[in-house]
Amino acid sequence: MNIQDYAIRLSQYRTQEGYTFDCQTMSGDVEVLQIEMNEVEGFPVFLTQTNNQIICIVYLWSEDEIKQEKRLEMLEMMLDTSISIPLSAYARVGNRFVLYGALSVASSLDKVVEEIVTLNENAIDVITAMEEFLD
Amino acid sequence: MNILKKIMTAIRGGTRELGESIVDSQGTRIFEQEIEDAKESLKNAKGDLTQVMAKEMQATRKVESMQKEIEKHEGFVSDALAKGEEKLALEIAGKVAEIEQEKALQVEAQLSYAKHIDKLKSMMEKAERQLKDYERQLTMVKTTENVQKATATITDNFGSTDSTLLSAKESLERIREKQQDFDDRNLAAEKLDNETNGKDLSDKMKDVGIGEIESGAQAVLDRLKAKNAKGKPA
Repeated sequence: MNIQDYAIRLSQYRTQEGYTFDCQTMSGDVEVLQIEMNEVEGFPVFLTQTNNQIICIVYLWSEDEIKQEKRLEMLEMMLDTSISIPLSAYARVGNRFVLYGALSVASSLDKVVEEIVTLNENAIDVITAMEEFLD
Repeated sequence: MNILKKIMTAIRGGTRELGESIVDSQGTRIFEQEIEDAKESLKNAKGDLTQVMAKEMQATRKVESMQKEIEKHEGFVSDALAKGEEKLALEIAGKVAEIEQEKALQVEAQLSYAKHIDKLKSMMEKAERQLKDYERQLTMVKTTENVQKATATITDNFGSTDSTLLSAKESLERIREKQQDFDDRNLAAEKLDNETNGKDLSDKMKDVGIGEIESGAQAVLDRLKAKNAKGKPA
């Protein structure tokens, strides 16, 4: 499936919990899909595809939003907690901290949906838990 | 070539600006070429392997059929001897010897092919491992490039003025608002529930003394008296 296919199929999807999705494609050097979960006030999830991976990303915060004196503590806490967070992991892209999940490009739609939902829910937890490190 | 090390070098060198390739595209292209070459070699090796396997099977079949011929002719020798045909028996025995020699050659060939097959398989496994590793490393490069470019696409789309979607503060506010909204709506839903079930209203009526109230004996009596009075013919 390509990004367009995902846009269509996700828009038609309804999870067991009743979650539905709104999708918007963005074009640039690479195609990106912006996914909003309708029943959850969390984050837009951005989906992109490489040769053999699907990557779902949530942008948490930038370097300049971090309390400088607490930065090292924050970084260590991220490392310490990364493994506890189901399916998702922390990363830094440029100067932005993200939470992301990666799947094989051959994954079923169900698995991709699970990734998106979990990622969004995780991100909500992360940002509320890490608030103390942010300005 | 340790790609991850190259990525680390590039990061240290400050080429983490969005939109810039983490590993120079020249390097990536060479890498991709190496992968293509490796795949081509594997394809050829598989072709060779198929051929040698076919030859090995042929040799095995020949060995088997020759063995049958040998056994058949050995039988003839016995028959000839039984009939006292010494000279004939010798001739047939000669034939057996011939076939045995040919068989020996085929067995040698078969063993040689089998050895070749093992060698080819082992080479191919090594090549597959190498290829898999190249592809894994290429994935690292492609993923890094892709995520950088995707991030650039996203931040461009949101611009510098409308970066609220990517700001932590805004996200927290939004989440809190929604949670408050959610709580408010729960409260309202409860209230509505009470109203539509008539609970709210029935409480009000009860206070004033009307509606489905628990009847005391007097109330029942009064009610029935009133009913009887109504029912009396004029």
